[in-house]
Amino acid sequence: MANPTGRSFLQVAATEEAVAPPLRVVQIEGLVILKIIKHCQEFSPALVTGQLLGLDVGSVLEVTNCFPFPVREEDEEIEAEGANYQLEMMRCLREVNVDNNTVGWYQSTLFGSYQTVELIETFMNYQENIKRCVCIIYDPSRSNQGVLALKALKLSDSFMELYKSNNFTGEKLREKNLSWVDIFEEIPIKVSNSALISAFMTELEPDTPVTQCDYERLQLSTNPYLERNVEFLIECMDDLSMEQQKFQFYYRNLSRQQAQQQAWLQKRRTENMARKAAGEELLPEEDPSNPVFKPLPEPSRLDSFLITNQISNYCNQINGVAGQSLSRLHLMKALHEN
Amino acid sequence: MASSDQTVLQFSPSSASLLAKVHPLVIFNICDCFVRRPDQAERIIGTLLGSVLPDGTVDVRNCYAVPHSESQDQVALDIDYHHNMLSSHQKVNPKEVIVGWFSTGFGVSGGSALIQEFYSRETSNPIHLTIDTGFQNGKASIKGFVSVHLSLGDQPLAAQFQEIPLDLCMIEAERVGFDMLKTTTVDKLPNDLEGMEASMERLLALIDDVHKYVDDVVEGRLPQDNKTGRFIADTVATIPKLSPQAFDKLVNDGLQDQLLLLYLASLTRTQLSFAEKLNTAAQIL
Repeated sequence: MANPTGRSFLQVAATEEAVAPPLRVVQIEGLVILKIIKHCQEFSPALVTGQLLGLDVGSVLEVTNCFPFPVREEDEEIEAEGANYQLEMMRCLREVNVDNNTVGWYQSTLFGSYQTVELIETFMNYQENIKRCVCIIYDPSRSNQGVLALKALKLSDSFMELYKSNNFTGEKLREKNLSWVDIFEEIPIKVSNSALISAFMTELEPDTPVTQCDYERLQLSTNPYLERNVEFLIECMDDLSMEQQKFQFYYRNLSRQQAQQQAWLQKRRTENMARKAAGEELLPEEDPSNPVFKPLPEPSRLDSFLITNQISNYCNQINGVAGQSLSRLHLMKALHEN
Repeated sequence: MASSDQTVLQFSPSSASLLAKVHPLVIFNICDCFVRRPDQAERIIGTLLGSVLPDGTVDVRNCYAVPHSESQDQVALDIDYHHNMLSSHQKVNPKEVIVGWFSTGFGVSGGSALIQEFYSRETSNPIHLTIDTGFQNGKASIKGFVSVHLSLGDQPLAAQFQEIPLDLCMIEAERVGFDMLKTTTVDKLPNDLEGMEASMERLLALIDDVHKYVDDVVEGRLPQDNKTGRFIADTVATIPKLSPQAFDKLVNDGLQDQLLLLYLASLTRTQLSFAEKLNTAAQIL
């Protein structure tokens, strides 16, 4: 009816989908935060995951509810049961009018070590069905310091394209101008609460001037945390240097092969020259059957990218915590002098 | 107690002093379910999950709403739904069992006894939590009840709801921060240093308050209070007594350690960017 341009609704829908605004903000309900924290904290130090439910509105992704997954088992039978569980839970939640639309998943992490191939694979799996999804990462170990360590992540579009083609050679990366910083995109988080909850919380807030959060923030002993961080950092450095060695090995082989190719070509040319002089037919200058021309497989850079990401993450954490400790020490000094 | 040949009018269980701990998640969940209730429904009903601590305290940690239909004097719960949801929850956390049920509204209403009876079959001595989402008294009233049965011999006569004290454990909510949960929208999570700043400001304000109080008492503007005075003295005494040299050394060592770590971290980062540059350079070969 209202279709003056003569396009079908399908076409309109298709074009609208094509210009869908990029994801800018993840808006989380306070309920979801509490649920995630409860689940992750209860099972810490085991790592757990769960599903996020919500709505996709323009450039905002609203996360309005979530439910935890049972601890995963390797057994296939139990895996099928896990899928059943998921369907059952979604059905149940729909009955009480909870948004029944998966928008991603959450997982806990320890010391921010979440940059793994598994995470990327899970993300790609989700991405197949849901165009816009996020992964929310919660770190129970950091929350003991009075920090709300929540992060919303997604993979960058250019990285996903590359991952689909599974082509992590240096050339491709240079073409796309993709470096390790561009794998994950962090999306700013907004917290929202319904007016009812807001009213309850205002009413129920204890009127003590000091909260648990403050106690934890002002704890002086952050050393164990920093120590663990540095330990992990060192491990990662070892991994990275292994990866580097792989590349060096590859480049050494590559240059050796190139030298061999040159030598072979040289030989062929002198031979051809001699044949020309003798009036014989020329031999082709390329010979695919020769093992010298077989291209060497280039090792994937994905691992080293991930490790680099990891290391920079540890560095950030160390920086943050050390910065905090510095201010704490100064505070203590001032207190003592008074 | 009652001897078998005598019929005695008695309450059972005798009103033991029970305490229920309610976690903020439960309140949040109930509020959310209430906001999402079906059109015609006036209230929501649901199951409380948690555990009974060794000292008898009921720890209410989780909950879910159960669809129900209500007419004048009848309440019908969707029992299938209740069981499905329970088994789903127990797959995740088998330690959480049914401890009672909740409903929105002010205090106990007519149908409550029926539902209470249903839940008594699921668990012994369930607690009943009511949350007044209508703010009838102008304040948020959250109440907990247990039912006490009045029986004549073996004949149950009536059930009475007895209010029990509730302990709202807000520690988890405090961890997240009330600033976050109190307002309807927060644009941005505070980062490490901002949180630190807020905490320090609060600490300073507290110290100022104490300072002012002590001054006021010393100058006779406020009546003195031994209890408060002892408390302040105790607090001041918790600062360990160290000689200035020892303290300086302690602080400086700490500072140096932190600086070393910062240095190491920036060094590592520089290395990373170097490595990246060198790798791309190697590709051009």
